[in-house]
Amino acid sequence: MATTPNSSSTLSLWWKRNRQSILPPLLGTLGFLLFWQLSSSLGLTKLTGPLSLWTDERTRELLLYPFYDRGGLDKGLFHHSMSSLGRVAIGYTLAAIVGIGVGIAVGLNKSLDRAFDPLFQFLRMVAPLAWVPIALVLFQRNQPAAIFVIFITSIWPILINTAEGVRQIPQDYRNVALVLQMSSGRFFSKVLIPSALPYIFTGLRISIGLAWLAIIAAEIVMPGTPGIGFFIWDANQNGYVSEIVLGVIWIGAIGLILDRFMAWLQKRISPGQ
Amino acid sequence: MTASVLQQPSGLPTPAGTAPLLRFEQLGKVYPTPAGPYPVLENINFEVNQGEFVCVIGHSGCGKSTLLNMVSGFATPTSGQVLLNGKPIEKPGPDRMVVFQGYALLPWMSAYENVYLGIDSVKPNLPEHEKREIAMEHLEMVGLTAAAEKKITQISGGMKQRVAIARALAIRPDVLILDEPFGALDAITKEELQEELLKIWNTQKCTVLMITHDIDEALFLADRLVMMTNGPAAGIGEILTIDFPRPRSREDIMEDPRYYELRNSALDFLYNRFAHDEDEKAD
Repeated sequence: MATTPNSSSTLSLWWKRNRQSILPPLLGTLGFLLFWQLSSSLGLTKLTGPLSLWTDERTRELLLYPFYDRGGLDKGLFHHSMSSLGRVAIGYTLAAIVGIGVGIAVGLNKSLDRAFDPLFQFLRMVAPLAWVPIALVLFQRNQPAAIFVIFITSIWPILINTAEGVRQIPQDYRNVALVLQMSSGRFFSKVLIPSALPYIFTGLRISIGLAWLAIIAAEIVMPGTPGIGFFIWDANQNGYVSEIVLGVIWIGAIGLILDRFMAWLQKRISPGQ
Repeated sequence: MTASVLQQPSGLPTPAGTAPLLRFEQLGKVYPTPAGPYPVLENINFEVNQGEFVCVIGHSGCGKSTLLNMVSGFATPTSGQVLLNGKPIEKPGPDRMVVFQGYALLPWMSAYENVYLGIDSVKPNLPEHEKREIAMEHLEMVGLTAAAEKKITQISGGMKQRVAIARALAIRPDVLILDEPFGALDAITKEELQEELLKIWNTQKCTVLMITHDIDEALFLADRLVMMTNGPAAGIGEILTIDFPRPRSREDIMEDPRYYELRNSALDFLYNRFAHDEDEKAD
């Protein structure tokens, strides 16, 4: 009987197999939320508990109607997120292009590497918020300044990992290219890029998280435009604590999805490496 | 005892009329080290004829790899030179294709793609269908037709070595250089591959230079076995001429009394005369 594949037995089989990977994170998260709610209800902290997202009318509306749009800045979270994601997409794409390009140059050329490595290591330590005033002075306009903040925050892991990936190309592969007298174009496309790809993807995956982290800093410089960073900033200005909590959870969720997407893409493009 | 098959290496004159394919002239290599210059090889004089199969044997650290690297062009001589068809070797090139110790196949490609990349890099102007045919032909030669589309990560060590040999032979090098090609393989795969290599060499008549640690392997494969003295400043100690008739079979060779004479003189050279002292290379 046990071997008959009916729907209930496949379900229980699935549960048996995946129980280990589903139960612990579920319990962990629930436990955390319970602790948070209790400490808030008992007055241990002024931060509103997770239940307030539902009990507070403003956030309940935001949760129920993510797609509403009453014009101006009065939009649902979906629209705010899309504006932010658009900005992140531009800044991150620029960071990927420049980061991979410069990374390859630095990885191939030892003197370039020596010349710029200290600078890169220094610049990558600068926090996104610190770039905001610099970006504003540099560009004088909000939109490019915001994109620059995302760009400059997310470029470093891409650049540094790409350079490392190029440095790590096994000497054997270089020797093959030498003995076959490959043209540099062929070496680039057939050896260098595929060999460094796992490193490049590691950089890209770290950076998508950073680019998304930079969104609040980036959107502080652009008041009056929709965006999830601005949404939180605005809630902060008005003292809507549960809205801030909602915004923070929303940002975390989107960041998680972006990270998982990059992981999936990495698996698809460079499997088994 | 085996004086008839021993030759003195230095100043070996070539038979008149046949110019050697490869010629080592007063070759020497010195590596700079923090403790001062370290001479690896000294006074190597040696000639390899077109179509010859030459094995090089010696204890580790005796500079075998350095010697072959100066043929492939990955190392440059400090003194003397290596001439290929009368021209000094300056840098790596496809006329001296190497089968690397660690295979050096590109793991993100299939067996076929690895072989094809070699052909396509060396002869980019060949018509597409010809490149494909050459690649398939050489994969067939090493018995990999069925595994042609498999990724390198999915095949065994023996198969990888086959792909590496197919890639090397597909570009028709003047000299095929093998650096301990079968060292990492199990005994059965090793024997299989030795036989295949010999078969291919018989049909293609390419010139082979091969480093080995295995005396039996050398006696089965080579026309001549170059035995190196120990470093520093290693040189060619002796050269054994192995003139078993070809095509060879393992069984026939084993029954030949000369096999044991050759084997004993090689063992004697490696484990008595050049075990770890340096007195013998006073010449």
